[in-house]
Amino acid sequence: MQLTLEFGGGLELLCDSVKIHNVNVEPQAEGKKLTMKHLLSWVRTNLIKERPEMFMKGDTVRPGVLVLVNDCDWELSGQLETVLEEKDAVVFISTLHGG
Amino acid sequence: MDSNGVAETPADIRREIASLEKVKAEIDHRISALRVRLTSYGSVNGNEVANSSAPRPEQTLLSGQLSPDMIYRYSRHLLLPSFGVEAQANLLKCSVLVIGAGGLGSPALLYLAACGIGCVGIVDHDVVELNNLHRQIIHTEAYIGRSKVESAAAACRAINSSVQIVEHREAFRTSNALEIVRKYDIVVDATDNVPSRYMISDCCVVLGKPLISGAALGLEGQLTVYNYKGGPCYRCLFPTPPPTTACQRCADSGVLGVVPGVIGCLQALEAIKVAGAVGEPLSGRMLLLDALSARIRVVKIRGRSPQCEACGENAKLTEEQFCNFDYEKFTQSPLSTSPLKLHLLPSEARITSKEYNERNLKGEAHVLVDVRPSHHYKIISLPKSMNIPLASLEARLSEVSAALAREEGHKKDDDNQSASLYVICRRGNDSQRAVQYLHKMGFASAKDIIGGLESWAHDVDPSFPTY
Repeated sequence: MQLTLEFGGGLELLCDSVKIHNVNVEPQAEGKKLTMKHLLSWVRTNLIKERPEMFMKGDTVRPGVLVLVNDCDWELSGQLETVLEEKDAVVFISTLHGG
Repeated sequence: MDSNGVAETPADIRREIASLEKVKAEIDHRISALRVRLTSYGSVNGNEVANSSAPRPEQTLLSGQLSPDMIYRYSRHLLLPSFGVEAQANLLKCSVLVIGAGGLGSPALLYLAACGIGCVGIVDHDVVELNNLHRQIIHTEAYIGRSKVESAAAACRAINSSVQIVEHREAFRTSNALEIVRKYDIVVDATDNVPSRYMISDCCVVLGKPLISGAALGLEGQLTVYNYKGGPCYRCLFPTPPPTTACQRCADSGVLGVVPGVIGCLQALEAIKVAGAVGEPLSGRMLLLDALSARIRVVKIRGRSPQCEACGENAKLTEEQFCNFDYEKFTQSPLSTSPLKLHLLPSEARITSKEYNERNLKGEAHVLVDVRPSHHYKIISLPKSMNIPLASLEARLSEVSAALAREEGHKKDDDNQSASLYVICRRGNDSQRAVQYLHKMGFASAKDIIGGLESWAHDVDPSFPTY
C-alpha cells in the first residue's frame, strides 16, 4: 500500500533529516486492514534511525507528537485503530515551544 | 565636522534630529487633523468644500462611534465591506495581553497597536540583547540592555499614540497571572517554553479568555487558537508534557528570524479576528508552517476533550488550584529560559578555562577535544582544538587515542607526565557528558573545561566571540 509519511517539528532528525518518505507498507496479514498501530511499529523498525524514545512511548507516539491522517488529527479517526487506505498521507509532527 | 568648521559631536546631531522630529510630528498631527476636517466638509456639503464662509457643521460622529481622527487613521479597515465600522469599533473596545516581547511578540505587538486595539498589555521580564535583534524586530540597538517591555511599549506608542499600552515588567507566574490576565479580553501566547504554555492555557481556561498560541523554532512554525467558543485548550491536545529532551530552545537550536515573524503576524491576525468578531478564527484547526519548502498546511485537530484536566466535564480548574500548581515540576523544565547547568563530574575531573590557559601557555603536552556539533565549530573554535561532536565520539575514539599518541611523541624527554586530555563545548554540559564517557572507556585523565567556551570568553579572552 502506497503511503506518504511526513516528519516535522524536529522528528525528521530521527530519520536522517528526511522529511517526506514515500513508502510501501503491507498489512500485518493478508486480508487484514493496515492500521496506524501497525504503521507505527513499521516506522519504528524501518525509518527511525536513532533515539526511538523520541518518537514512541509504549506502543504509541510519545507525548507532544501530533499524528495527522490526511490532515486530520488521528484522535478524530480512532488513534491506533485508524484504518489506512491507499495513498493516504500521514504526518508526525512534534509540537514546538520556541518563540 | 560641519561646513562652518565648528566641531560637531554625535550628541549634537542626535539633539537636532530629536528636535526636528518633534516639529515634524506636530506638523503631521496638524495635517491629519486638517484632512479629517476637510473630508467632513466634503461628505456633508458636497461642492461647498472650498466655501470658507459656509457655516461649519457640528462635530457629529457620523458613524456614531468613531472620532474624525479615528475615521482617517483606520479608513482602510473601514473600507473593507467584511470588516467595516463595526469590527473596527470592536477592536477599539477590546484589550489584548501579549505574553512575551520576543520573536513572536514583536510583530504581533506592532500590528495590534497599529490596528487600534484599545488597550495592549505587554508582559516580559527580559532585557534586549544584541542577539535578539535579528528576529525581535520591535527592539532597536538603542535599547540593548534595557527592558523588553519598555522598548516594545515605546515602539507601540510611536506607531499609535491613541491606544493604551500597559507595561508589565515582570515574569509571568502563577502568583501574578490571574491578576494580570483578568483585565484583558484576549491573550496572545508569545513565550518560548513548555511550562509557560501550560500555565497560560490553564489561566485562560480558569478566566474564560480566548488564547492565540504561536510557536516557532528553526525553520518551522505552528499556530492555533485555544479555549475559543467551546474549542479545545492546550491540555486537550497535550494532556502529558513532552520529555524535556524533546524541548528545544531557539538559543540552542537556532531560528530563522522571519519564521517567528510570520507566526507573530498570524497571531495578530487571529487576535484581530477574535477581537473584531469577524471571520473564522483558527480554533479546532492548526496552521503548520514549513519555511524551507514554502509549505503551509492547516489541519483539523480534536475538539474539547471531556477528559481534559483543565476544561473537561468533570474537572473544572479553580483559581486556587491554578495558583498552587507547580508547572516547573509538571513539565520538568524551568519557566525561565536560563540554560541548564549540569554537575556530573567530581572537581578533580574538571579545570577552569583560566587554568587551561595557563597550562597551555606553559607548553603542557595535551589534546583539546571540542565536542560541539560541527556547525557550531565552524562559527568559532579555539586554535589547536579538534572537533569530535558528542554524538560521534563513540565511533571516533581512535582519533582521540591517535592524537594523544602524537602529543606524547612531541613532548620533551625530561617530562614524565603523559599527555593530558581536555574536553570543551559551548557551556560546559556536553563536555561533562563526554568526559563521563571517556572515563568509562579508559581515558581516566580526561578533564572538562568548566563553563566551556563561554567561560573562556568571559575569563580568559574577552575578544573571543560568543553566540
